[in-house]
Amino acid sequence: MKRRILLSALIAAAAMASPFAQADAPIALKSVDVTLPGDTRQLPSGPGLEAAQNHCLACHSAGMILTQPRLPRASWEAEVAKMRNVYKAPVDDKDVPAIVDYLTAIKGPK
Amino acid sequence: MDRVMRAALSRRNLLRYAGVGGLAGLATPSLAQTTIRLPLPGGPDERAITTAFPQKGAMVLQRTRPPLLETPFEVFDKGVFTPNDQFFVRWHWAIIPTSVDADQFRLNVHGHVDKPLSLSLKDILALPPLEYAAVNECSGNSRGFFQPRVAGGEWGNGAMGNARWAGVSLKSILDQAGIKAGAVQVRFNGMDQPVVPDGPDFMKSISVDHARDGEVMIAYRMNGEQLPLLNGFPLRLVVPGWYATYWVKMLNDIEVLDSPDTNFWMKTAYTIPDTPHADMKPGQTGVPMVPINKLNPRSFITNINAGASLPVGKPAEARGIAFGGYDGVKAVDFSSDGGKTWQAAQLGNDEGKYSFRQWHAQFTPAVKGDYTLMVRCTNASGEAQPSEPNWNPSGFMRNVIESTQVSAA
Repeated sequence: MKRRILLSALIAAAAMASPFAQADAPIALKSVDVTLPGDTRQLPSGPGLEAAQNHCLACHSAGMILTQPRLPRASWEAEVAKMRNVYKAPVDDKDVPAIVDYLTAIKGPK
Repeated sequence: MDRVMRAALSRRNLLRYAGVGGLAGLATPSLAQTTIRLPLPGGPDERAITTAFPQKGAMVLQRTRPPLLETPFEVFDKGVFTPNDQFFVRWHWAIIPTSVDADQFRLNVHGHVDKPLSLSLKDILALPPLEYAAVNECSGNSRGFFQPRVAGGEWGNGAMGNARWAGVSLKSILDQAGIKAGAVQVRFNGMDQPVVPDGPDFMKSISVDHARDGEVMIAYRMNGEQLPLLNGFPLRLVVPGWYATYWVKMLNDIEVLDSPDTNFWMKTAYTIPDTPHADMKPGQTGVPMVPINKLNPRSFITNINAGASLPVGKPAEARGIAFGGYDGVKAVDFSSDGGKTWQAAQLGNDEGKYSFRQWHAQFTPAVKGDYTLMVRCTNASGEAQPSEPNWNPSGFMRNVIESTQVSAA
């Protein structure tokens, strides 16, 4: 009896000391079926727009580019290189200058 | 007073469009009905508020595909728990299953284990549950405030949230599988897929010891509900006190590794300078880099926006949220004179060491003029927010003491 009381007290103390409460009995999980919205923003016109549309927007919507700060041409060269080398964007060598021109035109230093 | 002030500030910061006719190419009217200014130095800082995403309410639209949705900052003034429908969203690749059958779903555990597992959601729900509050913060939260600016998701301060997570301990699952001697890391993969076939699938790893600490959780519930799909339904890893990059969403694959993970998302992406505050100089080379890991402490004023005008000689209340990161909040200090003097803020309920904690402080602007309000969190390990902003090329781990410029008249 005494031992049981001691044990209960220890369990109560441990429960109070722990930030990790036991959760309530879990609820059942329900299947989910949703639709994601389509792209609604477009890239502005500029030299190389077609190359940018064809290559950049396959993986991400225009918002990725539109929200970027103004960065020097070298930064845009590095971004395009990263997309090709790391994320494996299938961009031919010949298309790279047009994409960098475009990004620098719309997001280069003022 | 608070309500009046907030309403005025809200008018200042929300530019309502009369209609969407002026914006070309809008197919979904619920996008871009309203915009908000974050505001980010050098811009662009205007963002649409969207309600177009499933199971989500009003969110700051950073990117539609794959979704980057930021929590509007006023949400953090309403309490320490961030509602599921306004919890931030961040995906790396655009192939995200939009339909998940709860009966068919399986979590696979394999690799350097005695007994590979394939667990249904029913199997997981039958295990002893665990629940705690924890902050989930994107590594790049507040990236848009870096100067010089860096490329990436240009977040304001809303790529963070706090929820009560419930699920099972990762340890209980790994114990069932039986980790073999020689295992070093545990790798987590979700159901999202690269758009480009040979692009690097998003996977993250933590050490075996960390994985077995009894705290790391496989969560099936968030604030008492199943997770919104965009927050990782049906299962998401919860790594309390660590950056959100480790909290793998739609988790369906756990692999125990017998050698360190060298996949792109561990070795190259999400690495930080191995320096105090992950700080380096722009252009600096030869800086040793390590995988990002523990969350640092932060705190914010949530009821007074920059540019607010306060009445001279009347007591004002500042309030907000703080979190200690990898440890609890020990203290929050408030300054109304740009950090010359500090006063201890009163702390709200303690919801656990990994949770947001509310704070409030009173001050009276004695004379007309400009005031710089500051708030600083010190965690239970003694780490305080720094007074100078850090910088690194990925825009990670910003936690400088926040300043809010107001005036008294």
